[in-house]
Amino acid sequence: MSFAYHRAESLAEALAVLAEHPGRVTPLAGGQSLLPDLRAGRTRAEVLLDIGRVPELSFVEDRGDHIAIGAATRHHELAASGLLAARLPALRAAAAAIGDPQVRHMGTIGGSLAYADPAADLAVAALALDARVVLDGPGGRRVLPFEGFARARGSTVIAPGELLVEVRVPAPAVPAAWSYRKFSRDALEWAVVAVLAVAGETTRVALSGMGPTVVRAGETEAALARGDGAEASAALADAGTAPPDDVRASGGYRRHLARVLTRRALEEIGVETAGRGVAP
Amino acid sequence: MSEPPGRTRLTVTLTVNGSRQVADVEAGTTLLGHLRDGLGLTAANHGCDTTSCGACTVLLDGRSVKSCTVLAAQADGREVVTAEGLAADDRPHPVQESFREHHALQCGYCTPGMVLAAVSLLREQPDAGEREVRCGLRGNLCRCTGYHNIIRAVLAVAARGGPDSAVKGDRDADGLRAGSEHRLS
Repeated sequence: MSFAYHRAESLAEALAVLAEHPGRVTPLAGGQSLLPDLRAGRTRAEVLLDIGRVPELSFVEDRGDHIAIGAATRHHELAASGLLAARLPALRAAAAAIGDPQVRHMGTIGGSLAYADPAADLAVAALALDARVVLDGPGGRRVLPFEGFARARGSTVIAPGELLVEVRVPAPAVPAAWSYRKFSRDALEWAVVAVLAVAGETTRVALSGMGPTVVRAGETEAALARGDGAEASAALADAGTAPPDDVRASGGYRRHLARVLTRRALEEIGVETAGRGVAP
Repeated sequence: MSEPPGRTRLTVTLTVNGSRQVADVEAGTTLLGHLRDGLGLTAANHGCDTTSCGACTVLLDGRSVKSCTVLAAQADGREVVTAEGLAADDRPHPVQESFREHHALQCGYCTPGMVLAAVSLLREQPDAGEREVRCGLRGNLCRCTGYHNIIRAVLAVAARGGPDSAVKGDRDADGLRAGSEHRLS
């Protein structure tokens, strides 16, 4: 691996380095995806800017209507967070489902979201929970919905010179019913397909592994809004998706998984199987 | 425009098994490479090199990491414990002793990583049950498939109230718990 390395000691330093050298500096947080990709030659970097120990980027904070999480907060800290267990149990569970303990001890929420892997646990959670991401850079801070943030694996709307600094997740006083269903091979643990369903005024259903980014199951959500039951709503989970054929599974199998996992998740959050006004 | 900061060769200072180690490394040197080739500590094994098998597991500030996927530079200023540093006063660590008692190793290649993953797990969950142990060791592969005895060995330590609190170079264990509650469908 051939690159230069610099460790930022503060957020101000990290932002200054990125702003002065846009496109030449790659942030390194935990490195659990970036380092394997660099080593395998799947990506290159001129300078790695280590933000993994920037103190201002590591926190889980109750801000009333939302929980704010620093971008360099490690998965392990989310999985062990009492605040998340009480207020955002779905996010805590998604963090606890990542990889293995060793990866959770290093990997960070900002690194995971910025890497934009369509199979990532925190990405599907951020989408289902309607998270916002805070980017800081030469043009100042901007707050964007997570939906639309990722373009494809490894590609997001983060501009050259910008840094993902914070994730904000709406947190009702009483957590909504939720169900996270992840189907994966046991050993390597990336999801083939996963679904997170979150009950609410509008029930949100997000899927991983069904295309170049995590996606909402829009047709399923619309069916639920009409009062359809779990079975009929879940049958639409793969509508409009473009699941890949790859080493983990065929696209057809992913469609099957999306429908089955969505039905189970909806039933778990209390959506009746047959729904209102549907013949049994 | 000025050049970005960053060096391709760096001085890295680690505390490894309680002893301070200063060395110059390439920026791309992994912690595993530095331990084995730079410091001559060969307990952590070079297995898959893709963050999968766990044979390279060491403790970084008391927590298990896969040292093939950590840069030596990321560990600068921090404490590293390898299997060489687990024994205290020539007595094997309780997890090592339990692996011996329960015949929890066959070829031994996965063992150093497996033991350190278990030490980290038992610090976070001293009373871990079978499910927690299985989930907690999911990042470590045993190609001899000797999992049953490995799990027995770790459970035996948990049943005795967890590993001894004092491990050389790493006395900072905390009470954090990591769950693994995802429902596999």
